[in-house]
Amino acid sequence: MTGRLRMRVVVRETGFYLGVLVVIAIALFPFYWILRTSLESDGQVAAGVGGKNGLLPSHLTLSSYVNDFTQQHFLTPLVNSIVVALATTFVTIIVATLAGYALARLNIRGAGAILGFVLLAGFFPVLAMIGPLFLLLKDLGMLNSIYPLIVIYLVYTLPISTWLLRNFFAQIPRELEEAALVDGATRLQALVKVVAPVAVPGVFTAAILSFILAWNDFAFAVSFLETPSHFTAPLSIVTFGQSQFQVFYNRIDAAVVIISVPIAALVLILQRRIVSGLTAGSFR
Amino acid sequence: MATVSLEGVSKTYPNGVRAVSGLDLEIADGEFMVLVGPSGCGKTTALRMVAGLEEISEGTIRVGDRVVNELSPRERDVAMVFQNYALYPHMTVAENIGFALRLAKMPKGEVRSKVEEAAAILGLTEHLDRKPSQLSGGQRQRVAMGRAIVREPAVFLMDEPLSNLDAKLRVQMRTEIARIQRRVNVATIYVTHDQTEAMTMGDRVAVLSAGTLQQCDVPQSLYDRPANLFVAAFIGSPAMNLYEGILSDGADSVRLGEQCLSLPPGLTSLEAWRGSPVVVGVRPENLHDAAGQGEPAPGRALEGDVELVEALGSERLVHFRLEASRLHGVGVAGGAGSERDAADLGRGELGAAAASVGVARVEPTSSIRGGERARFAVDVERLHLFDPSSGQAIGRH
Ligand SMILES: Nc1ncnc2c1ncn2[C@@H]1O[C@H](COP(=O)(O)OP(=O)(O)OP(=O)(O)O)[C@@H](O)[C@H]1O
Ligand SMILES: [Mg+2]
Repeated sequence: MTGRLRMRVVVRETGFYLGVLVVIAIALFPFYWILRTSLESDGQVAAGVGGKNGLLPSHLTLSSYVNDFTQQHFLTPLVNSIVVALATTFVTIIVATLAGYALARLNIRGAGAILGFVLLAGFFPVLAMIGPLFLLLKDLGMLNSIYPLIVIYLVYTLPISTWLLRNFFAQIPRELEEAALVDGATRLQALVKVVAPVAVPGVFTAAILSFILAWNDFAFAVSFLETPSHFTAPLSIVTFGQSQFQVFYNRIDAAVVIISVPIAALVLILQRRIVSGLTAGSFR
Repeated sequence: MATVSLEGVSKTYPNGVRAVSGLDLEIADGEFMVLVGPSGCGKTTALRMVAGLEEISEGTIRVGDRVVNELSPRERDVAMVFQNYALYPHMTVAENIGFALRLAKMPKGEVRSKVEEAAAILGLTEHLDRKPSQLSGGQRQRVAMGRAIVREPAVFLMDEPLSNLDAKLRVQMRTEIARIQRRVNVATIYVTHDQTEAMTMGDRVAVLSAGTLQQCDVPQSLYDRPANLFVAAFIGSPAMNLYEGILSDGADSVRLGEQCLSLPPGLTSLEAWRGSPVVVGVRPENLHDAAGQGEPAPGRALEGDVELVEALGSERLVHFRLEASRLHGVGVAGGAGSERDAADLGRGELGAAAASVGVARVEPTSSIRGGERARFAVDVERLHLFDPSSGQAIGRH
């Protein structure tokens, strides 16, 4: 009896993990293909476009990575992207935390309407923004600079982050900060010393979302940036493989791997912080 | 070290709920005041107003001789144990307890010694480095306590700190809290809906119903001389038996159905109720098995049909039925008669207590059995009489 039960459990578990494996394989395959191609030489790519080289690479080389940095000057766009993404994330977190807290806690009249309006701004179509913004930046003489991009990205990161953090703060029981107030904290101290640390998972989530949005943007960057030294990474990649006779996918893919690494690392490092049960043990 | 006084304090929430109305309360320095009442009667609201977490709609709250109405919590010098503990989840036990001291910029060494002292009192010394999530319920409760006692505030506020502990731990913590309070000797308001806690811990007990103060007195007086039906029904376990009776024309006896109980001499101002209905209250412990004591004098006995006997070891609870008319529709809330919630709440509770069923608490040796008719000797000196329309106690000496 118990033997048969065990069998059933084993079969069910095996099935479950097989299913998971299939999903993961499908999800990761494109990335594997990018990685594989990035490790091929120019000659291999020329010979076997379209996977004629087989599922496994026959000969591994880092030549396209080296090429990206030596010939294509990928470092500058990479630094540009890092500056823009970090600045966007930093400003987003500060502003969205304060705004989210205010919307969740202070008895602001029309808080719901404000929140709805803020969220609406985040849904404004990118393409509708590009034209007017182009004219605006041109008149201000700010085309071909990465700094206006920070402000533009905030238009999209702030609404979603404010909304996310507001919901996070709303979930944290009031008593937690009230306890801090009774213990002698000011409102700001209660926010900084008690509420924010408890809301850390929400703050990290907002940070990841903002960083990714700024890091991945192509549409705004391609519209407003003109010279390669001012390009952000995604924009500069497009120029890489260009040659008169063929596209060097290995160089493009090497750059794609490079810009994917920070995101993957960020998510992997921070996801351990994004565990649920944030107030575990705080209440009975 | 200070007294706390509430004068005509009321709270109306923005949604129109009047949670507390016209509360007058005076807590002496070092006094342990228990605020007791059924769920939703406004206990937490009252406490939060004292703490400064809830705006005061009307009235004045003083700590010492300072009016604190407009002061923020940090300016009031109160410590509070929350109904649900509200421990800081990201801090260790030591950090939780020491948080207020660190905010007050106390030197580190001093904070450590104070925290250790508090932890020792509460038996938390081994757990100082743990996070709240790694503690048991009772330990969390003690951390919440510790956060309050390190501070030596002017006032302690405790909101049902024991309500979620198991029965044994609750009894243990009850004495512990009382001991700690004696030791730090600070004016304390302790909220509970458990009347055993109220009776055993309080120097005085304030009974609240639907936001209105019903009575505030030392526990024994509350028990011996309840001011109205609500207090009578709320204090005491099992609850007081309440029947509708008719006062005799001479105001010297009261009729319950076919039976008659004589009233002790010396009851005053009963004139208005001669020949009219009154509510008669008799506590279960004032009913005895008549079989053991010889024939009781006429007018000092009640007969009833026994439905069930619960043997508790030290005593027996006899559930019986009288032919007296059932009490219903009494405005228990007294002054707060205009509040529909209040009246409904009171009625619901009395409805249960005041059916024609009753409970007697008799000796464990009693041979009363279910299904029989039994005769009880009544301590008529300890009968309680109430005006059925207002619910107020009458004929008190
Ligand atoms: N923030 C609020 N807004 C509106 N009404 C409220 C609010 N807080 C409490 N109330 C209402 O006020 C009344 C009293 O609530 P309170 O929390 O003071 O009761 P309590 O005596 O502490 O009850 P319990 O024993 O269940 O804790 C209740 O009717 C409740 O619904
Ligand atoms: Mg409460």
